[in-house]
Amino acid sequence: MKVLVPVKRVIDYNVKAKVKADGSGVDLANVKMSMNPFDEIAVEEAIRLKEKGVAEEVVVVSIGVKQAAETLRTALAMGADRAILVVAADDVHTDIEPLAVAKILKAVIDEEQPKLVIAGKQAIDNDMNATGQMLAALLGWGQATFASKVEIEGEAAKVTREVDGGLQTIEVKLPAIVTADLRLNEPRYASLPNIMKAKKKPLDEKTAADYGVDVTPRLSVVKTAEPEGRKAGIKVGSVDELVSKLKEAGVV
Amino acid sequence: MAVLLLGEVTNGALSVDATAKAVNALKALGDVTVLCAGSAAKAAGEAAAKIDGVAKVLVAENDLYGHRLAEPTAALLVSLAGDYDHIAAPATTDAKNIMPRVAALLDVMVISDVSKVVDADTFERPVYAGNAIQTVKSSDPKKVMTIRTASFDAAGQGGSASVADQAAAEDPGLSKWVADEVAKSDRPELTSAGRVVSGGRGVGSEENFAIIEKLADKLGAAVGASRAAVDSGFAPNDWQVGQTGKIVAPELYVAIGISGAIQHLAGMKDSKVIVAINKDEEAPIFQIADYGLVGDLFQIVPELTEKL
Ligand SMILES: Cc1cc2nc3c(=O)[nH]c(=O)nc-3n(C[C@H](O)[C@H](O)[C@H](O)COP(=O)(O)OP(=O)(O)OC[C@H]3O[C@@H](n4cnc5c(N)ncnc54)[C@H](O)[C@@H]3O)c2cc1C
Ligand SMILES: Cc1cc2nc3c(=O)[nH]c(=O)nc-3n(C[C@H](O)[C@H](O)[C@H](O)COP(=O)(O)OP(=O)(O)OC[C@H]3O[C@@H](n4cnc5c(N)ncnc54)[C@H](O)[C@@H]3O)c2cc1C
Repeated sequence: MKVLVPVKRVIDYNVKAKVKADGSGVDLANVKMSMNPFDEIAVEEAIRLKEKGVAEEVVVVSIGVKQAAETLRTALAMGADRAILVVAADDVHTDIEPLAVAKILKAVIDEEQPKLVIAGKQAIDNDMNATGQMLAALLGWGQATFASKVEIEGEAAKVTREVDGGLQTIEVKLPAIVTADLRLNEPRYASLPNIMKAKKKPLDEKTAADYGVDVTPRLSVVKTAEPEGRKAGIKVGSVDELVSKLKEAGVV
Repeated sequence: MAVLLLGEVTNGALSVDATAKAVNALKALGDVTVLCAGSAAKAAGEAAAKIDGVAKVLVAENDLYGHRLAEPTAALLVSLAGDYDHIAAPATTDAKNIMPRVAALLDVMVISDVSKVVDADTFERPVYAGNAIQTVKSSDPKKVMTIRTASFDAAGQGGSASVADQAAAEDPGLSKWVADEVAKSDRPELTSAGRVVSGGRGVGSEENFAIIEKLADKLGAAVGASRAAVDSGFAPNDWQVGQTGKIVAPELYVAIGISGAIQHLAGMKDSKVIVAINKDEEAPIFQIADYGLVGDLFQIVPELTEKL
């Protein structure tokens, strides 16, 4: 079975995003970028399926600017076999909407015919939490989102999902889309020899136009603003002082 | 303009708080019809009809909708979409599973986690772990969106909307339910609680989490946790507060043994009053706390529980 993992290049999770002074967006020039953390988890899961002999090939795909090739190399160094980069923007500040990403991914999937797609549950920049579900809809496939456990059983995947009340287990027919939640696994670090080896693994470069997908956004960003700040309050010296402050504030 | 709102129905009961907050967010956009779907949904439908501002309630009772699998519920919403300009749901995990699928089936973008409705096409939503607020304008003919309930007050009671039965849509037959693992709790639900007490890695173990729970019970509060506490197995996954967990905005939030990473702050910084208890006076959580107490949580928390 072939597994396909879409990976997104995003601002590193340790970096605090800064809004540009003109309100046009978040400043991404000279900011450290990394693979979306949920996508590292997705790649790890795919590699584990390969190590277990369930999957034969792991293909990673990224859609965005040329620099996303670095993100794909990271996935190859972790253990993916092959990468596809779909260049759909020139400027690092251009983000492609999940609907357009899902349409491009659908076109890639029509060619590649994977039996399982593992995406991240959300990208930590736009926090949309949408691409996997949209892709499932476009393909007419079943979806198992927010996965914390994935087992392949014949022609189905049994997936445990993190939901508001706790956990839910469902079974989806393959081919299907799974989206990875935080506790699915702990992604490995790529070792230096594997980073070197990854440089020789195949990375195909395409453009959105190759797939005939229109990436014109449906949402336009009117403005981006800093949220209202919260000022630091006071330090209290004892539990008694805390209790009296909370009483004054009327919250206990 | 007409709005279709997917009510949050769990085991036949309506989550009135989440649904009423979404109603409040949406009612300026037009008549709100609430859809209650489930293997039992009549009682939920009646509860929805009483929410102030609801114009109509549709009840789709069918085993297909019993476990809120995304594919059948999305198909039902799509079958109804023709009559509505806005299709929305409170941003619960169920809705986040379903609504992007609905949007893609209608060939429109989903607008996730709306924190303010500016007009019929324009919405605010937080991005980058709440470090920026984006105003987006949609050019799609229909808007499909989820509502960040922590950003809105609940609509009141006293409505008397009409309730009608809704036939089921076709079953896509792509997935089936296997099991639920849901902890029963008498505590208030995290996202609607007026008070929340959360523990982090500093609490140290699952057993030690009992001191967090004792304080929560004394306050009648819900219990939350940081990701580190959940990953370490101190607390169950559905307690996680943050960018990728639950978003809360209670009257009182008590953060205990939590350092205050941006991903955690994204889930709680809109709380009215924040208390932080941490032994490290440099911990970033103190930069947003109204009342900070530096010290060992194992001494402070039992003492606080006793003195409240
Ligand atoms: C600086 C900036 C400018 C923007 N400008 C505009 C604009 O001008 N117009 C506009 O309409 N919108 C704009 N946006 C918003 C943006 O288009 C969407 O809101 C955004 O893509 C939301 O989805 P997400 O990336 O959070 O994806 P999610 O749905 O949260 O991602 C889930 C998963 O899908 C996969 N995935 C997502 N994206 C990719 C990808 N590119 N390649 C491979 N896999 C992927 C990954 O597995 C990921 O984990 C802008 C955003 C930013 C940050
Ligand atoms: C993609 C992604 C998504 C994430 N999503 C979330 C999310 O939704 N929610 C979330 O919370 N995190 C999230 N995180 C994790 C986040 O970055 C932090 O790692 C996490 O919040 C840290 O948890 P913590 O504060 O409990 O632990 P730590 O940062 O380890 O802090 C523990 C604190 O306890 C204090 N302490 C220790 N012992 C005592 C004692 N005896 N008495 C008093 N204080 C004590 C310490 O001084 C320290 O400040 C995410 C990370 C990533 C990469």
